[in-house]
Amino acid sequence: MAKAASSKRGTDPDATAAPPPVSDLRPNRERPPEPQRHQASRDELLEYYRQMLLIRRFEERAGQLYGLGLIGGFCHLYIGQEAVAVGLQSAMEPGKDSVITGYRDHGHMLAYGIDPRVIMAELTGRAAGISKGKGGSMHMFSVEHRFYGGHGIVGAQVSLGTGLAFKHKYAGDGGVCLAYFGDGAANQGQVYESFNMAELWKLPIIYVIENNQYAMGTSVNRSSAEDQLYRRGESFRINGLQVDGMDVLAVRGAATTALEWVRAGKGPILLELKTYRYRGHSMSDPAKYRSRDEVQAVREKSDPIEAVKRELAAAGVAEDQLKKIDGEIKRIVTEAADFAEQMPEPEASELHTDVLVETY
Amino acid sequence: MKVGTVIAILAGEGDDADGVAGGARQVAAPEDNGHAIASTPAEEAQAQQSTVQARPKEGQEPASLRVEPEVPEGTEMVRTTVREALRDAMAEEMRADDRVFVMGEEVAEYQGAYKVTQGLLDEFGPRRVIDTPITEYGFAGVGTGAAMGGLRPIVEFMTFNFAMQAIDHIINSAAKTNYMSGGQMRCPIVFRGPNGAASRVGAQHSQNYGPWYASVPGLIVIAPYSAADAKGLLKAAIRTEDPVVFLENELLYGQTFDVPKLDDYVLPIGKARVARAGKDVTLVSYSIGVGVALDAAAQLAEQGIEAEVIDLRTLRPLDKETVLRSLGKTNRMVCVEEGWPVCSISAELMAVAMEEGFDDLDAPVMRVTDVDVPLPYAANLERMALIKVSDVVDAAKKVCYRS
Repeated sequence: MAKAASSKRGTDPDATAAPPPVSDLRPNRERPPEPQRHQASRDELLEYYRQMLLIRRFEERAGQLYGLGLIGGFCHLYIGQEAVAVGLQSAMEPGKDSVITGYRDHGHMLAYGIDPRVIMAELTGRAAGISKGKGGSMHMFSVEHRFYGGHGIVGAQVSLGTGLAFKHKYAGDGGVCLAYFGDGAANQGQVYESFNMAELWKLPIIYVIENNQYAMGTSVNRSSAEDQLYRRGESFRINGLQVDGMDVLAVRGAATTALEWVRAGKGPILLELKTYRYRGHSMSDPAKYRSRDEVQAVREKSDPIEAVKRELAAAGVAEDQLKKIDGEIKRIVTEAADFAEQMPEPEASELHTDVLVETY
Repeated sequence: MKVGTVIAILAGEGDDADGVAGGARQVAAPEDNGHAIASTPAEEAQAQQSTVQARPKEGQEPASLRVEPEVPEGTEMVRTTVREALRDAMAEEMRADDRVFVMGEEVAEYQGAYKVTQGLLDEFGPRRVIDTPITEYGFAGVGTGAAMGGLRPIVEFMTFNFAMQAIDHIINSAAKTNYMSGGQMRCPIVFRGPNGAASRVGAQHSQNYGPWYASVPGLIVIAPYSAADAKGLLKAAIRTEDPVVFLENELLYGQTFDVPKLDDYVLPIGKARVARAGKDVTLVSYSIGVGVALDAAAQLAEQGIEAEVIDLRTLRPLDKETVLRSLGKTNRMVCVEEGWPVCSISAELMAVAMEEGFDDLDAPVMRVTDVDVPLPYAANLERMALIKVSDVVDAAKKVCYRS
């Protein structure tokens, strides 16, 4: 792909004769505007509430099924971070834009409208699971939705997502890739290798750092020399925006700003979403590295679902209507759990399928 | 039943079934069971003239190298270097399919660190021939992601030694995703570049990764020897839906072979080739080792031993059938591998012979491999460390109980 025409100014040694105008020096490149909090309609608010509640209840049930031994291995819950996936992905076009994430992927799938039953059945390792039971919690995909996983190696999805963005540009399909990673992955080398290429080639990608404050048990300031993670793209001339990841309207507003930037062909942009996970890193995490009070304080003061509830109340939505949604979500999650428990395990013959696509 | 008694003859079409009969012969146990041959310094010093570096000079080809049977009789042959054949394969596939592109370090404006991509930028432009920064892990991931998105990337590594930085994406991302997704996520990508020892470049630039990648389910691993195979198999690699590791060899790039002049010369993946027919002993090899085996076969013929040389061409999936058929005919096998002995392709072939060809064996399978050390820089030590024709000749004679 052609190296994009350089937008750098003041770097040409021959240009010293005529100094660039001051406006070109400070800031030395175009920057996106400050995102505006999204002005959501009542219906939009209700939809955000519905989706965030679905994620929360789904994850709570997954935690229970894990405790019952129906889900095995690693299982990373998204509880507390719901506003991030819902706020960002509500701005995307499923089937056109692509999404890729790490192993904490259930919420991102639900936010893209993927059937909760096949997600839960994957968690229980059943043939009806979205990966036929062969992937598990960390490895789920829906090519139909352009949801590209579900990747278990910390940071791998950043390079892969950059490749998806490369495809969007190469094919000229107008799509944008949304690549999620955590504050822990933000210290991986391949993230910066990808930043470099994405900006060099002006790839249509939104890098999203879900900063939930802890990489497993290591807090951001114990692991990151620059703990303001939205600045991590600066060396590559990638603009960063810091966003309140507990406020779905702020997230949605940032998504709009980011998409405008990327769709205009200005290359990648980086969003740091400040968020918090209520549960452990995975189901096996006793969470000794933080106090219960800390978690409780976030739950009480910053819960993203409670925040939307307040918005809905202010918009005049009756408690009854929310209860109706709660009931509907409860039914969907129960159905998904029943489905995931009742469906059979994969046939033994599936052991050998899908290793290769072709026969040699 | 005695060891070595023939219980089945796996003779293929055109194979000399009479040659298999020797399986019932009573033989004495060899004196030196299964040692790698490259051993004494004296032997190694003597063999200086026939190290890997001394393999056929540019423009030469072992006379015994035969053309694929797939090619119609009367097809014009064009003398082509391996380097040109690889370039032609890429160019043909890029002309045929816009999804195919090449990315890597110095593939475009520099025309390829080893000139394999020479001319591609001129024909296809910078959209499809893409210089990357020196960032193997990153661009391997970008290529893999592009393949997941539906493109058909050819990712060139300047050498596979550098791909070690990218091996996570090759294995964890490219090889496993189809399985982990229950068959949803395709990853039609080719990782290609030179592999194995070059000449005097030291330990970090001289390693054969064939056994590493060949151990991974979900990958196709190809390691051609001749220019015709390089072309036909690279075209197949680009077309297949599966991720391919395509291992070239720097020392072979400049060698010239006959390549059939056909509009679309594509070879089957997973099929070995009988590079030279023989009845007394089977020499199994791949990549640059095939040249060593062919030279050894020529020397053995002068001593009355007719060696059959099998060029594996594909390391995964391994064409066990062709190997076992040959073993059934000759009852003796020597593996020839420019690489380390431990956990090697040779080790795998020996296991296959034990598990599936045991009754055909008249002697233990032997392997001729590089010495089990990091490759040294000094010319004499390097020669000592690499496989040599004389070692293959010695091993073949040993399994034939000839001195």
